[in-house]
Amino acid sequence: MDISLQQVEYRYQIGTPFERLAITEVSIDIPSGTYLAIIGHTGSGKSTILQHLNALLKPTKGKVVIGNREITSGEKQKNLKEIRQKVGIVFQFPEHQLFEETVEKDICFGPMNFGVSETEARARARKAIKQVGLSEEILAKSPFDLSGGQMRRVAIAGVLAMEPDVIVLDEPTAGLDPRGRKEIMEMFYKLHKERNLSTVLVTHSMEDASLYADEIVIMHKGEVYKRGEPREIFQSPEGLLELGLDVPEVVRFQHKLEGTFNTKLDKTCITLEELTEAVSGLLRRGELV
Amino acid sequence: MMDKMIIGRYIPSNSVLHSMDPRSKLILIFLFVCIVFLANNAITYGVLVIYTLLMISLSKVPAKYLIGGLKPVIWLVLFTLFLHIFLTKEGTLLFEYGWIKIYEEGLRQGVFISLRFFLLILMTSLLTLTTTPIEITDGLETLLNPLKKFKFPVHELALMMSISLRFIPTLMQETEKIMKAQTARGVDFTSGPLKDRVKSIVPLLIPLFISSFKRAEELAIAMEARGYRGGEGRTKYRQLKWGMMDSGMLVFLGVVTIILTLLRT
Amino acid sequence: MQKALVNISKISFKYDGQESYALKDVSLQIFEGEWLAIVGHNGSGKSTLAKILNGLQFPESGTIDICGMDLSEETVWDIRKSIGMVFQNPDNQFVGTTVKDDVAFGLENNGVQRDDMVERVESSLRKVKMEPFLDQEPHHLSGGQKQRVAIAGVIALRPEIIVLDEATSMLDPRGREEVLETIRELKNDHSMTVISITHDLEEAAKADRIIVMNKGELYREGSPEEIFQMDEELIQLGLDVPFPIKISKALKDKGIPISKHYLTEEELVTQLWISHSSK
Repeated sequence: MDISLQQVEYRYQIGTPFERLAITEVSIDIPSGTYLAIIGHTGSGKSTILQHLNALLKPTKGKVVIGNREITSGEKQKNLKEIRQKVGIVFQFPEHQLFEETVEKDICFGPMNFGVSETEARARARKAIKQVGLSEEILAKSPFDLSGGQMRRVAIAGVLAMEPDVIVLDEPTAGLDPRGRKEIMEMFYKLHKERNLSTVLVTHSMEDASLYADEIVIMHKGEVYKRGEPREIFQSPEGLLELGLDVPEVVRFQHKLEGTFNTKLDKTCITLEELTEAVSGLLRRGELV
Repeated sequence: MMDKMIIGRYIPSNSVLHSMDPRSKLILIFLFVCIVFLANNAITYGVLVIYTLLMISLSKVPAKYLIGGLKPVIWLVLFTLFLHIFLTKEGTLLFEYGWIKIYEEGLRQGVFISLRFFLLILMTSLLTLTTTPIEITDGLETLLNPLKKFKFPVHELALMMSISLRFIPTLMQETEKIMKAQTARGVDFTSGPLKDRVKSIVPLLIPLFISSFKRAEELAIAMEARGYRGGEGRTKYRQLKWGMMDSGMLVFLGVVTIILTLLRT
Repeated sequence: MQKALVNISKISFKYDGQESYALKDVSLQIFEGEWLAIVGHNGSGKSTLAKILNGLQFPESGTIDICGMDLSEETVWDIRKSIGMVFQNPDNQFVGTTVKDDVAFGLENNGVQRDDMVERVESSLRKVKMEPFLDQEPHHLSGGQKQRVAIAGVIALRPEIIVLDEATSMLDPRGREEVLETIRELKNDHSMTVISITHDLEEAAKADRIIVMNKGELYREGSPEEIFQMDEELIQLGLDVPFPIKISKALKDKGIPISKHYLTEEELVTQLWISHSSK
């Protein structure tokens, strides 16, 4: 399913003295099967965009097209459930939304809200719990007896069990330790690859964005500052650094090295392997100006 | 969500009322509530109206906020007004149409009672509009201090109030976040049959309870780590300053009270 | 040798109703003026250790000596004055309704006189660069700002030691940088002893000394250079290796002569440049 934001503007508390412009002139296409990363500082408008992707927010100007539905500012929308089933959102700290007595019931909650039968929902729960790397035994436990990392996975399983066409991730690894972070990111990447699941990752981590995403959108002060493939985005890291945004470690290192050696490597490196290859090549050739 | 709240709405300003000690304001309100019942004729009610208008002008609060504050009770006031008008059968008959009979005394009482209502609401809203909730808490704490002798937990109560005030906005944000997360999982909070809507409260309330308990626990640990062990031996950072204006206002209200007693019939 | 402010000797601790020990026979020393990072995956016992330092939990066995005081029910309130804590969740440690009230909270608890209090609130907020926010309410502050207020609340009590219990883990990169910068300044300008409990290896790389915890035991102790030599071992412990180390190693594997593991990118780039241009 394709999603597209067209000239979207959103103002909070419109018509009150507290009115605040959150995003303006935002146009983003998310064709089916894309892995898109949205990056920016806190307050850059990332979360506002995220909430437009399943019509939690309606644009105050412009329109959002989700599959065959069109969301605009004016009319009152009916039957938004259909959209919410197709676009699953994993919010930041999703473990805060757990509430059922057992893990199984909690995972079944979403699917059953969308009219899936109980037997089918339970089958999905068994599948989803494995996808997030937990064992089936956990299904009978109370979600509140689990460790923080396990709770996070259960909450994610609850969204996966809705079997959405698009999955939206808001800082899915916040607060996890390095191993947990890596495992979760690898899991979503695998889902994306195996099922061609459209994925939108909202994150602060340039590393994750550059490693996993096909395309990156950089938000700054409510506007799209830059968009493109990781390599394009990081070709000239100066602009990003000026905005006070991070660049991936690999890119930053390349930038520093090129500065000191006063030369340019053949290409913008994204992975550690590419970088070591390029650097050792440079050092061997010794072709320096 | 926050902008619709009326209770405890505070409007920052540097007016005379704003700069007064919350203790004197609390005492004034208490006394005012008592003396309102002294008024029983047009002149004494006039005195009260003038006093209230004077306070409003001293508060520099825009009239529209005060009128906004009156809106929720307008039906209650109208109801009592009509009750008095139609049910009191004393004095001269002023108006008659079929079974509707309006007597002078009924009209008089109805108007007075409504007026009393309005005056009380205006004055109490003036208190919250010119005093921050934490100032009110501080004021109450000091005023209730003598009760400590009777083992009344004044300090704990005040601390509870101030912590609640501190966490109201946090919990509001949290509520909104959880609502959004559950909406994304197919819960409909805004439409559908009442039965479903009541049911949809569960996935909102349970996470809220759990997170509040977790917050409370973490807060208790943090407070302990910062050396909190009850009210004993504690000093206070927030200070209340009783000024000339505070004494002056109390004396002024005393004078008003004397006038009221002299003029009432 | 520097003076040891904290002496922990053979402590063990178990949570009620749990079978395995959260801490097993841990002994360590913390020296005056150092920045000690305690790292480990979630559940390695590092946060339990922090709570024990502050007397929020008492060990089953073993002894703890902090600034010359033996930690016990009797001394715990004095010890809390010399060892301040900043916790993980910025919201759940903010007690006051405004920034200045929150900083004053600890001072009020310790019966500091009001004149002194006003002065200390201001000076500690100045040290964390939050004095423009004196009257702000917490819900108008960012996570990083709230944590800086929490730090101000701690230093207002003039402790010898400040413990950061995963204080940056819920923050965005900007907030994390703000907090670390504040800590760095406190350490350099006011010679504060800092214990940071973290799983962020970039943060640990800035410390003077690192202790690695695993399954409740002290796994390894050493300078950042020494600890990061562990490499693969760290990853197996659920941790990570800072980027400069990763690239040093990768280049070395490619046959580039690199004498040691560098902790900063600048050092490594300079080294590469020197060895390259001297060829």
